[in-house]
Amino acid sequence: MDNAYDGLTDAGEEKHWAFGTGFTDALTGVGRDIPAVDREALTAYCLMLGDDALVYSQRLAEWCSRAPELEEDVALANIALDLLGQARLLLSRAAEVEDAGRDEDALAYLRDERAFRNVRLAEIDCGPGPGGDFGTTIARLLVFSTWRLALFQRLAGSADPVLAAVAAKGVKELAYHRDHAAQWVLRLAGGTEYSRERIVEGLAKVWAFTDELFATHPVEAALPGVAVDPAELRAEFDQVIGTVLTAAGLDLPETRQVAPLAGQSGRDGIHTEAMGFLLAEMQHIARSMPGAVW
Amino acid sequence: MTRSSWPLYEVFVRGKRGLNHVHVGSLHAPDDEMALRNARDLYTRRNEGVSIWVVKAESITASSPDEKDPFFAPSGDKVYRHPTFYAIPEDVPHL
Repeated sequence: MDNAYDGLTDAGEEKHWAFGTGFTDALTGVGRDIPAVDREALTAYCLMLGDDALVYSQRLAEWCSRAPELEEDVALANIALDLLGQARLLLSRAAEVEDAGRDEDALAYLRDERAFRNVRLAEIDCGPGPGGDFGTTIARLLVFSTWRLALFQRLAGSADPVLAAVAAKGVKELAYHRDHAAQWVLRLAGGTEYSRERIVEGLAKVWAFTDELFATHPVEAALPGVAVDPAELRAEFDQVIGTVLTAAGLDLPETRQVAPLAGQSGRDGIHTEAMGFLLAEMQHIARSMPGAVW
Repeated sequence: MTRSSWPLYEVFVRGKRGLNHVHVGSLHAPDDEMALRNARDLYTRRNEGVSIWVVKAESITASSPDEKDPFFAPSGDKVYRHPTFYAIPEDVPHL
């Protein structure tokens, strides 16, 4: 070894920069082979998982500059950015499998409401808009991240190499999101009478959208070995939520579930009233200035 | 709980190459556990760290600017205490 200090730095790192080097691309070295399954179904499945992340990311980003504390502002923005990263990889994969000349931006910005396949839990207003508050926001984060973490842990074994890699990366992110939510549930429940009331009401509101998370869609049923059957996640989800609520001294909400419309729900493009407003805000720049870059 | 009741914490982050924990800034948090998480969210977003310490700012005893001269001036002319007579190779990091 020519230089005794080489061992202190990783290959390719800038030596004199103490922090923040050595970034890696999430999908480096991952094969792009498309498994021998129905391509339309695989495209739809990538859209489902991508739209969940994209739409929920948009909702979380609404807290930017409006959270109760600066620290929480950054925390929610970080979570939103993690999900946006997942959405980009998944929508890119959807575009690749679809092979119809659309890219991730076209899928995110140029689809109409009926073409979005996210679960309705991702789109509802849980605050800072009039539909909720910080308690509702934390309640949704707990439910969403507990569900998605259980899903991604299984998806990491998918026969689609890209889905498997996205899931393996996402598991670490989602584990943190779930922890963040659980920490706040404990503190809101054990804080003041008012903070406890906020988390109880928040949980009751978002709980109405939980059954939809575990309903097996025909697209998922058509992709054995590639897609995860969400019905398999219910037991783990109930156990984790039960543990958090027990620790917080809260009861499981008893909310009437928001039923599908004529058998269809978010995964089929049937959304709540909030979705149109969300998309209008998310898409209007891209649509009013097509192809703009900066 | 009012905003001002969240205590101030000081944050120390260790980079990945066996360096010391370095003071990187401060934050507010309701308790120690949340301080650690807030520190992760505020100060390690750009791949900076592998370890974080947080400590309540009130737990730190600091030297006072008033004592600057008696504390630090006496060492200002003791050049013989510095290893400045060695040539330092250019490719030695973190010195």
